[in-house]
Amino acid sequence: MERYLWLIPLLPAIGAVINLLIGRFLGKRLVSVIACGTVLVSFILSSIVLYHLLKLPSENRLIRDIVYTWINSGTLNINLTFLIDPLSAIMIMVVTGVSFVIHVYSIGYMANDKRYARYFGFLNLFVFAMLLLVTGDNLLLMFVGWEGVGLCSYLLIGFWFEKKENAIAGMKAFIVNRIGDFGFTLGILLLFWSIGTASGVWTINFPELRAHINVIPPATITVIAILLFIGATGKSAQIPLYVWLPDAMAGPTPVSALIHAATMVTAGVYMIARMNFLYILSPTAMLIVAIVGVGTAVYAGTIGLVQNDIKKVLAYSTISQLGYMFLGVGVGAFAAGIFHLMTHAFFKALLFLGSGSVIHGTGGEQDIRKMGGLKKYMPITFWTFLIGTLAIAGIPGLSGFFSKDEILWKAFSSAHGGHWILWLAGVLGAGLTALYMFRLVFVTFFGENRLASGVMSHPDEYRDNAGHTTHDKSHIHESPPVMTIPLIILAILSIIGGYVGIPAVLGGSNQIEHFMEPVFASESGCKNGVCPIEPPSNQLHSLTTTHEPSSAEHHSTTTEILLMLISVVVVLFSIFTAYYLYIKKSELPAQIAQKFSGLYNLLLNKYYVDEIYQIIIVNNLLRLNNFLAHKIDLGMIDWLVDNSARGTVRVSTDSGWVDYRLVDGAVNTTAQGVLVGGDAMRRTQTGLLKNYLAWAVGGTIVIIICFLLFVI
Amino acid sequence: MTLLQAFPLHHYLIISAILFSLGLYIVLVRKNAVAILMGIELILNSTNINFVAFSRYATQAISGQVFAVFVIILAAAEAAVALAIILNIYQNLKTVDVDEANELKH
Repeated sequence: MERYLWLIPLLPAIGAVINLLIGRFLGKRLVSVIACGTVLVSFILSSIVLYHLLKLPSENRLIRDIVYTWINSGTLNINLTFLIDPLSAIMIMVVTGVSFVIHVYSIGYMANDKRYARYFGFLNLFVFAMLLLVTGDNLLLMFVGWEGVGLCSYLLIGFWFEKKENAIAGMKAFIVNRIGDFGFTLGILLLFWSIGTASGVWTINFPELRAHINVIPPATITVIAILLFIGATGKSAQIPLYVWLPDAMAGPTPVSALIHAATMVTAGVYMIARMNFLYILSPTAMLIVAIVGVGTAVYAGTIGLVQNDIKKVLAYSTISQLGYMFLGVGVGAFAAGIFHLMTHAFFKALLFLGSGSVIHGTGGEQDIRKMGGLKKYMPITFWTFLIGTLAIAGIPGLSGFFSKDEILWKAFSSAHGGHWILWLAGVLGAGLTALYMFRLVFVTFFGENRLASGVMSHPDEYRDNAGHTTHDKSHIHESPPVMTIPLIILAILSIIGGYVGIPAVLGGSNQIEHFMEPVFASESGCKNGVCPIEPPSNQLHSLTTTHEPSSAEHHSTTTEILLMLISVVVVLFSIFTAYYLYIKKSELPAQIAQKFSGLYNLLLNKYYVDEIYQIIIVNNLLRLNNFLAHKIDLGMIDWLVDNSARGTVRVSTDSGWVDYRLVDGAVNTTAQGVLVGGDAMRRTQTGLLKNYLAWAVGGTIVIIICFLLFVI
Repeated sequence: MTLLQAFPLHHYLIISAILFSLGLYIVLVRKNAVAILMGIELILNSTNINFVAFSRYATQAISGQVFAVFVIILAAAEAAVALAIILNIYQNLKTVDVDEANELKH
């Protein structure tokens, strides 16, 4: 079994390579088959892995496959190893399953796009990176996947890069992510260094980290946890690094569904769940996580309440729901956080794909003020969207209820920082969620259709990538089956997906929490990844002694049911309010907006956070950039270069003079001398025989005289 | 008194020297190429007198006289060749005045 783990990430990688390199020449059908097929096979393999995992006894639920020795330096061994335990098993099922559904949907949505193959290539690449992230057995491999999904997010957000805003949104996503990744890297390094110096074991793979985590001093643990969490705020769009996600809606809707709802943004939650043994040791860090989580949940909910673009509402909803997941893991309810991650993947993907169907069917319209009454034109989209909305609102019976309720209960009662204020804020957020989601449903699908009445405000921008440009109601149509069947599948999952986590208080056995228990057991007696199970109450005992051991038992079933009822009542109240405001008395919202125009504008402009960031950070960075570029780069360095060039020219001129005057002079003078001499000697060549003879005779006489004088 | 005692060697040497100088003078001064040839003959003959005189007066052998025969032959051959050259010069320049054959002048 272990032998085949590497296939799960590999298949989408192969699909990506094929589609990116030669996809252009393969034709749309083959490209779709390759892309969807690889993900489908990965899904099937993941199911097989899950099946095998379930067959193992729960203490031993761990499968590791060391594929390749990556770094082997002294005592440091970091390998390409895949780890499947209950947590990653759930993640790979969710990732491959939802990815497959979205791939199929994309066949319809991107049907007329001219870069079809590249889209599917990027999508497959993303799945590969995400799978690497969740199955990697060490922090470095997880980080590779982390960066990989960030890259694919950038590539896909800016997929329609002909429009400048899309490219800028892609850049914003990547850069903001990078800021978080800086914190993440520091966290990894600090963890690696402190565990190595404290225990002598230099490692960053999860089983060994878990075994040796206790040697690190608590203050360091808190710092590491906070640094890693900064990375999570970037990747999972929490305060303060959430600003990229609303802009990321510039990408194709299936991308928003897959990356920015179901999978990539959940990476931060996964990371904290994976590093639960670290976070459990630092109540401070967990408190920060919980507060940031629930704060973001409420904050994003308020912004989503007034947005008019269907995708922006869903974007802020995603940020808000992620806040819930962080709330869950922040109070130690790791299983609940992951459970909500799973159900959220189902209904959020459903909602995004449904919005894509709406956009497709209305010919590119995204402004809900221009929609209305769509339920009679697009029934399947309507009903599935409604199911998704009921799920996210937390109506009992659907998946969202069970997971959100689990988080709220744990926020109230958990021994690791559960507090009624957190619970109350969570309930407030739940109310806001129901309110803005039902606002969306009522305004979009009910009432009178407003499409024909107004002039399209952005005629070219919203040219649907399916090529439709019609904007009047006679052409609104339901989407083709290749798009509606995924909606139906996700709707079914949104309903039944919660039944694996029915809490004990309602008569269920909360299978999902028990399934994941071995991962989150905090006893550090784990060896080679095998962790003994603790019964739930002992699990709480084994922590720091500052908690009252029996605080878990203080909260009885009565309290739990009471809290559950309160949250349901709040949600129903919100739905009724939405109905009243947007159907019964639909002129009321405009009046309220006018009356509280200051608050309304503040919310509509997202609390001006983007503008604040621009002024405080971005502009100053650009100013620094310009300064460095002009003053230092152009000013100093170029000045140096130019002047050295000038100096060289001068030196060469001088040495040229020497060359010209002196050297050439000598040569020329010699030549001159030869010429003059030759001129003189030439006179002897008279051409007259007589002269030659005369010279010869004269010479002979001279020789004779000399002979006579000197020899004799 | 024998002839050898009556006329010592230096008489002949002086005669040959005088003849040599005269021949040299002709070669250097005359314009006519044929005249220059005659001058060369004179020089050659003066050396002949020298050879024969030395051979008679200074040694018992007759090598000098034999050599003089050689010289005569040489003179004849050389005169033939020289005349051929003069003929060519005449055909090219229409004159035997050596002053006219100065194409090698600078």
